[in-house]
Amino acid sequence: MAYEVVIGLEVHAQLLTQSKMFCACGTKFGLPANSQTCPICLGMPGTLPVINKKAVEMAVRTGLALQCRIGEKNRFARKNYFYPDLPKGYQISQYEAPICEQGSVEVEVGQAKKPIRIRRAHLEEDAGKNIHEAGAHGSRVDLNRAGTPLLEIVTEPDMCSADEVVAYLKQLRETLMYLEVCDGNMEEGSLRCEPNLSLRPVGQKAFGTKVELKNINSFKFVKEAIEYEIKRQTKVLNEGGKIAQETRLWDSDKGETATMRSKEEAHDYRYFPDPDLVPLSLSPEWIEELRTTLPELPGARQRRFVGEYGLPKYDAEVLTGTKAMADYFEACVRLFPQPKTVSNWVMGELLRELNNAGVSAAASPVSPERLVSLLQLVEKATISLKVAREIFPELYASGKAPEQIVQEKGLTQVSDEGALAKIIDEVIAKNHAQVEQYRGGKEAVLGFLVGQVMKSSGGKANPGKVNELLKKKLAG
Amino acid sequence: MKITKADVEHVAKLARLEITEAEQDAFSKQLSAILTYVEQLKTLDTAGVEPTATVLEQTNVFREDKARPSLSVEKALANAPEREDGHFAVPKIIEER
Repeated sequence: MAYEVVIGLEVHAQLLTQSKMFCACGTKFGLPANSQTCPICLGMPGTLPVINKKAVEMAVRTGLALQCRIGEKNRFARKNYFYPDLPKGYQISQYEAPICEQGSVEVEVGQAKKPIRIRRAHLEEDAGKNIHEAGAHGSRVDLNRAGTPLLEIVTEPDMCSADEVVAYLKQLRETLMYLEVCDGNMEEGSLRCEPNLSLRPVGQKAFGTKVELKNINSFKFVKEAIEYEIKRQTKVLNEGGKIAQETRLWDSDKGETATMRSKEEAHDYRYFPDPDLVPLSLSPEWIEELRTTLPELPGARQRRFVGEYGLPKYDAEVLTGTKAMADYFEACVRLFPQPKTVSNWVMGELLRELNNAGVSAAASPVSPERLVSLLQLVEKATISLKVAREIFPELYASGKAPEQIVQEKGLTQVSDEGALAKIIDEVIAKNHAQVEQYRGGKEAVLGFLVGQVMKSSGGKANPGKVNELLKKKLAG
Repeated sequence: MKITKADVEHVAKLARLEITEAEQDAFSKQLSAILTYVEQLKTLDTAGVEPTATVLEQTNVFREDKARPSLSVEKALANAPEREDGHFAVPKIIEER
């Protein structure tokens, strides 16, 4: 039978605050275990949580960017369960009145655009980290992360392929990073995604049984895990079996999902309003004030890059891929108003080096000013485009100014007619056959001759000048 | 409102309480009586009354987002029944596959 897949996504985004959601412990990643805790996040009796204002503002800004309705009356609730990484025996979360509801993100898959509806986004605190080592008789707990603010963003079951999920996730990640509310690092777990998916016979309205996938920490694994799970469920159904409602863990080494077996009880969270926290009330004025702090979002910036700079859509997409890159590009264009030339350099030479080094455009060793000086050297014909491309890796690695590199290496372009004439004469003398062909009307040979001149000049000859002089000589 | 022995058993399990058969019996009776008594509240007309989650009138009690020094690892682990390498040591959570 033919089945169609229905996918919804839960994303947990760690908010980029300095301190935790309800206490003043820091939120750094990678510190020694249990060095970032206090009586509040350790769940000591008698302690009281106090809401981090910045986390609330980040949640509202994200909600606005995702076209959500912002709830004016907010309550925090306790989600009760026992687990070693949860010191209080409950997680402070939001249940009935989440901070954001009913938003939408438009994604593009192939040529088609499709809105993915956001059901809700709510604030909560993260749990600690359990460490299970193979062979060890017990587990260990590190509570550094316990209490870190999270925004859980839940979609409606609007996606119907792994590609749509990846497109949505990329768009969401980009938006969060533009807003500077999350660093988007999936490997370190600052952005975690849990797809839930079910199959149903094509044409059937009712959803099939839902399976939740966990332990996915890259875009690649999102796609692989979903595709694996679709195959697995199709096979079970085709063999007349039933899908169990369960959570499955992605195993990236084996490339498969497996039932998560834990000793935990059946989920029954008994949510109730947290009596330790007074309600959170978001006035329309405050919400509007936060709206004014929203940056230009990736989609809008992309459209502006096409409209204002006349860039191809592809360039605009690549350049707005990260806020840092888009900022870099615009800094260059302000100094050197030839957008397409700048775009070619940023997307080509610069991006190649940045990707190789795994560095963000914000930390590029070649500043926009330096890149522009290089482009100006080409513009003024001090060096050829070819030389500029050749010295770029050195420019990147050495931190030297382009002028200095050109001078040290003696790469200044030769435009002097006397010097060029000498080389041209030699080339004409050596390539008798081609010269005859050209003179016989085969003009395409000119390119070959120009190439020979460039070669003998060590790439330093000014190609425009060479062209001009060569034509004159050959005619004469 | 009737609270069955099975309900009591379920709630006890969620709360990690071990209770005897006799206790299940006793608690199911007591809890049923308590909830039946409280059920009288249902006779009140609460249409248009917002649920009360708190009796305090305060809203928006915030902290500024500033980090302060945390406890030392030693202090953080001071109450841990068992520890290992700066971690809380707990019984194995995930079963071996």
